[in-house]
Amino acid sequence: MAWLLLVNPITCTGHGICAELFPEAISLDEWGYPILGAVPDRLLPLARRAVADCPTLALMLERDGKS
Amino acid sequence: MTAAPVTTGTAGRLLAGYHALGRAAGLRDHLTQHGPPPLPGISARSSVGSQLIQVVEDAGLTGRGGGAFPTARKMRSVAASRGPAVVVVNAAEGEPASGKDAMLLTVAPHLVLDGAALAAHAVGARQIVVCVHAGGELAAGTERAVAEREQAHLTAVPIRVCEVPGRYVASEETSLVNWINGGEAKPTFTPPRPYERGVDGRPTMVSNAETYAHIALIARYGAEWFRSLGSPDAPGTALFTVTGAVAVPGVVEAPVGTTVADLLRMAGGPSEQLQAVLAGGYGGTWLSLPLVHTPTTPAAFAAAGAALGPGIIIALPSRACGLAESARVLAWMAGETAAQCGPCVFGLPAIAQDFAAIADCRADASVYHRLQQRMSVIPGRGACRHPDGAVRFAASALQVFASHVNFHERAGRCLAARRPGVLPIPGGR
Ligand SMILES: Cc1cc2nc3c(=O)[nH]c(=O)nc-3n(C[C@H](O)[C@H](O)[C@H](O)COP(=O)(O)O)c2cc1C
Ligand code: SF4
Repeated sequence: MAWLLLVNPITCTGHGICAELFPEAISLDEWGYPILGAVPDRLLPLARRAVADCPTLALMLERDGKS
Repeated sequence: MTAAPVTTGTAGRLLAGYHALGRAAGLRDHLTQHGPPPLPGISARSSVGSQLIQVVEDAGLTGRGGGAFPTARKMRSVAASRGPAVVVVNAAEGEPASGKDAMLLTVAPHLVLDGAALAAHAVGARQIVVCVHAGGELAAGTERAVAEREQAHLTAVPIRVCEVPGRYVASEETSLVNWINGGEAKPTFTPPRPYERGVDGRPTMVSNAETYAHIALIARYGAEWFRSLGSPDAPGTALFTVTGAVAVPGVVEAPVGTTVADLLRMAGGPSEQLQAVLAGGYGGTWLSLPLVHTPTTPAAFAAAGAALGPGIIIALPSRACGLAESARVLAWMAGETAAQCGPCVFGLPAIAQDFAAIADCRADASVYHRLQQRMSVIPGRGACRHPDGAVRFAASALQVFASHVNFHERAGRCLAARRPGVLPIPGGR
């Protein structure tokens, strides 16, 4: 079961903490907003940590319905 | 709105009454032409109401608000959601070069309202909200049409007119819902989509004004009749706003699949030498002249790498600079951000600035490189599709005006770029 990172772009304020905590899957664009990549299963704990630590609770982790 | 209510063409369905009368149809005109809407309690053919979704599905009607989404599928989703629903008519036409919805609601308001009433019956809605831009004649005209229906006891479901700010993203469906609910006219994060939770938290059908008018005719004349015009994969007729360098700019009705070239002919033909056509408005795509033979179906447009959007065709004359025109549009689009999502708030002005540099012949290779990079990361990262539309428009400009890009890189100045713009910019920038 694959997992998918999602961000609510309205509540995201570009803190960038997620990219610091989980650089394997999250990079920042030139304005500091996250670009989300795939979450390999073995890195799920890191993804959970990034989601939990987002100061505006904008980051979400969901099961990818397509796989 | 720039488009005058001029109509030509032979495929009049929505506009047939207007062609015949030469003026806007009041309720009496409307009933004389089409008879009452087939609603229970109003017409003997009441079974049509409950079967309406199936008929709309058989007709193959797709939304005329730009996304070409199958209307019956939307109606089923709303009908399947719990509790009484709400029907919202999106007549808050936000594309600056579009005039079709305002025109339709002006000359045939009862077709739109019949369609909304029929849809309300089919999806189980107890409330209809018609959204129009604030401060225009359209709100008053629509109120008059609603009053006419009330006097004739033709309103099983109450209809309310809601005036919406005239901003581009205010007409996006979650913005409308947000505004009707007393919030700002700005998009909200989805899910929930309006069909799940919309006006007053109820399942809400948001469709374009023209879409409802087609429903009104499909309910009366059937799916086969609807499919007798248009193409098998995109049936029926559609309204197109044809402007720019054409002899008779205005709104035309034509079978879906009519080529862009034929639409230009229906608007009197080019009024001068053309260099390109903008299809789909400011969230749409430029087409090079060889592509004017593309049929206006979503599939044919997608195959040509283009977006049809809500039936907008703008003819760009040879004397204009396509890059300067595009830069002005992008500056306007950047200003129309709802200022909520980083990639849109910062990304669109960045792209607009890159385009301004290109239009001014100030851009070196690094600007083009940066622009490509920016265009690759912005789409899909806003709460709504506003940034996607702006990027699509920008990318098509670089492609269609590629040889002129070379000229701007080499020449140091472009006289055409200094001329006043052809594309309409609200507030006239
Ligand atoms: C930025 C933006 C602007 C939009 N503007 C309009 C508009 O002016 N009129 C409209 O009908 N739909 C507009 N839409 C599409 C609506 O969100 C919605 O999909 C549409 O009204 C559904 O109607 P339809 O299914 O009949 O096409 C816009 C969407 C976006 C992302
Ligand atoms: S993408 Fe832009 S226009 Fe759409 S909601 Fe976000 S900030 Fe507003």
